Amino acid sequence: MTTRFFGAPVQRVEDPTLLKGEGRFTDDIKLPGTLHAAFVRSPFAHARINGIDLEAARAMPGVKAVLAAADLPDVVQGKRILLQVPNPAITEPITQMPLARDEVCFVGEPVAVVLAESRHLAEDAAEMVIVDFEPLPVAADLASAVEPDAATAHAHRSDNIAARIQVGYGDVAAAFQAAAHVVTARIPQHRGTGNPIECRAVLADFNAVHGTLTVWSATQAPHGLKRALGDMLEMADTDLRVIAPDVGGGFGPKLQVYPEEIVVAIASRMLGVPVKWIEDRREHLLTTVQERDQLWTMRMALDAEGKILGISGQMLHDQGAYLPWGVISPYISSVTLPGPYILPAYKLETLVVFTNKVPTTPLRGAGRPQAVFTMERLLDHAADELGLDRAEIRRRNLIPTERMPYAVGLTFRDGKPVVYDSGDYPKCQALAIEKAGWTIFRERQRAAWQQGRYIGQGIANYVEGTGLGPFEGATTQVLPSGRILLRTGSAAQGQGNKTVYAQIAADTFNVDISQVDVEVGDTASIPIGVGAFASRLMVNVGSSISVSSAAVAKKIKQIAAARFEVAEDEIELANGMARVAASQGGSMSFAEIARMTSGMPGFSLPQGIEPGLVSTHYYAPPQATYANGCHVAEVEVDPETGLVKILRYVVVHDCGRMVNPLLVEGQVQGGVAHGIGNALLEKMRFDEQANPVTTSLADYLLPDADNVPEAEIYHVESPSPLNPLGVKGAGEGGTIPAAAAIVSAIEDALRPFGVRIDEAPILPERLCALIDDAAARQAKKEMA
Amino acid sequence: MAKHSITLTVNGKSTSAEVEPRVHLGDFLRHQLNLTGTHIGCEHGVCGACTVLVNGDAVRSCLMLAVQADGAEVVTVEGLAAEDGTLTPLQEAFRKHHALQCGFCTPGFLITLTQLLRDRPDIEEEELRRELSGNLCRCTGYSGIVKAALEVAQAFRTREAAR
Repeated sequence: MTTRFFGAPVQRVEDPTLLKGEGRFTDDIKLPGTLHAAFVRSPFAHARINGIDLEAARAMPGVKAVLAAADLPDVVQGKRILLQVPNPAITEPITQMPLARDEVCFVGEPVAVVLAESRHLAEDAAEMVIVDFEPLPVAADLASAVEPDAATAHAHRSDNIAARIQVGYGDVAAAFQAAAHVVTARIPQHRGTGNPIECRAVLADFNAVHGTLTVWSATQAPHGLKRALGDMLEMADTDLRVIAPDVGGGFGPKLQVYPEEIVVAIASRMLGVPVKWIEDRREHLLTTVQERDQLWTMRMALDAEGKILGISGQMLHDQGAYLPWGVISPYISSVTLPGPYILPAYKLETLVVFTNKVPTTPLRGAGRPQAVFTMERLLDHAADELGLDRAEIRRRNLIPTERMPYAVGLTFRDGKPVVYDSGDYPKCQALAIEKAGWTIFRERQRAAWQQGRYIGQGIANYVEGTGLGPFEGATTQVLPSGRILLRTGSAAQGQGNKTVYAQIAADTFNVDISQVDVEVGDTASIPIGVGAFASRLMVNVGSSISVSSAAVAKKIKQIAAARFEVAEDEIELANGMARVAASQGGSMSFAEIARMTSGMPGFSLPQGIEPGLVSTHYYAPPQATYANGCHVAEVEVDPETGLVKILRYVVVHDCGRMVNPLLVEGQVQGGVAHGIGNALLEKMRFDEQANPVTTSLADYLLPDADNVPEAEIYHVESPSPLNPLGVKGAGEGGTIPAAAAIVSAIEDALRPFGVRIDEAPILPERLCALIDDAAARQAKKEMA
Repeated sequence: MAKHSITLTVNGKSTSAEVEPRVHLGDFLRHQLNLTGTHIGCEHGVCGACTVLVNGDAVRSCLMLAVQADGAEVVTVEGLAAEDGTLTPLQEAFRKHHALQCGFCTPGFLITLTQLLRDRPDIEEEELRRELSGNLCRCTGYSGIVKAALEVAQAFRTREAAR
């Protein structure tokens, strides 16, 4: 294979239409006669529904139907949405119903839907629906929800423990007995929510002639939605088609199957017309899944040289009211904690806790940022206690590259052992501290302190299991036009998938990428698929395309070889032609060969060759591939206002071989921005009755161009031995260690105040309070 | 609800329509004129995805009623590229610097920058970033957008200097 496109910073094929406003997002798709949905939602975090009066709403102009749970078809009565990822640790698999029937368990849970001629009319009528709610006691707070006498998030349950997960290995008790130092920390974390700029969106169109249902949804997993619809509506697979058109960002939350998607589909089938629902930002902040609080209570044992001997502790994970995606996030957190370090003994008990809040599921990083934050805080505290440089204590504990592949001793969420397949962690850290000027920073810092400026540097390492299976597939086809068509069921939300897939196929066929078309996110184009999450597409789809394209290219050569009566390896592919190499021999175009093999009368296929220039391959990885990296943040803190400015941000990143460095860097930079939000800005706030109080983008702050610096990105390429391309996932590494590095830098900047920070995000008002507390402690010490 | 007649110029073409007074300009452009390039992200004026030019100024179309645009000249993202599809230098620079990923916020950024670079081609990075803080992008981390804008500003200055 020539490598003309693989590895090159190729400009994206997606861009021209998007730049001209010609993208097709779900709300841009218009079908005649569409009704618009507006949902009636719970204003209480926990309440019993004693009655619903829909009559006034039904009488409103333009209203075609108003539906509560009892009005839905018999086939869905009492059914909950399919649990996407079951796990034996789950005590009760409670997912949402399409519309709540007897009880609502978070503010914003849908209880009725209005279908009207316009969204305006639907919203007017939704205001007229009267629901008799009887408020129930609320499980509002993660820590108190595990107390024995806590209010339960679901009235029928006796406790809030959604799952109990134990992981670990080694002799933790012995590690602590042998320890020269023990550090402890209580680390509450909070990551907020996805906030893609396109909110959720769904359009359903039931075709009464064929009895088929087509659903367009801003989803990361069209096949997952199709499975859930089939389960709910008991429709045949062949009668359902889900299309993810252009999707305006995902970041995890668009992976879920939501009640609104199911209800819109049900309504379209009931009424026989297209039905559309476009989420508004307030609904997004109320009802789109979040990835929320974890509370880690941890102890780390170290020897006199700063080598880690063991870690033990407990983690509480706020699951919210339902378990749509099982317990993936807390599980990933629990097995990510060891990171790139040699950890001889480890024990963690995780309690997944129901609360009366919006459910939590994977968000960019999926539980990993919390684990990395916890580990890196413990290491910083240990370094401070031992009087070691923070980079030095890490260096002493990093897994040396000669020990790769490295078995951690845990089982990953795919059921396979956690084995780091390749990587050079010491090299990554060494490069990061060199580029960040780590060793000369102390001098600059002292000078700044003397001028009354508080600057600091922080460092964080991470390892990320990427490219998760079970599989993803792709079809490569050479069309009778001679153009190459790639199809995969996985969707795309801006990662540039079409470009990188085309790069791989273009190299295989030795054509320009402009000869390759790519279709993503349509369940009609490939029967099974998994979805866009867990930084898994480059590994799974990329490998599938590599294999299926090679199979079609081989077939072209076989046919041309038979035609020209030469050996297969004498045929070369160039510019859309198969020709006999290095001779006066003949040549045939891809178009000719494609027409012949698609059933042209009078042409016989060579012996053993199947019809069609088409091949489908499903790539199933043997296990996850492990990307890694090291981030160094440099910040300046204003102790008066608590404002933090990021002065520099250095990233050393290893995602194996890069198909397109332009896109990898875009993913890293975007991920860092998300991490900056997690470190400094993004916090969903709730009152003591679990009412959300951050329901607009004026309350819930996202990073903007003024607070996201350009990261200085350096690449290390440790090819994965596990897939034909040597690639690893790159979508989330920018986010995972960012909060850890930034909070470490803030703490470092504020050393003169003696501030210790064990939480994220750290908002200005909280930082000021910590500075005041530290000053008070200092004053008390001086008095005594 | 009673409708009002309005007449406005959109992307150079004169258009008349009947609109409800409560319909905002963004919805009007998207759903009555089928110009779906203008995207709605928050409908409370924070994200900037719905930004369009009204009489040459970048405005959030979700914060302006369609009836207020009566008599105005409006330019949406569809009005930027040439009729034959040739991209503007800013659009080309966005492509070159990977200044878009999902592309949903992109029209708002292009419109905001079209005004900004027209009015202040000498803008420096720090101020550019402050001006851009009215548009949110969740994908790119802004770097590519800033680079694209600075490159266009530089090219503009070079052209001016050569005159």
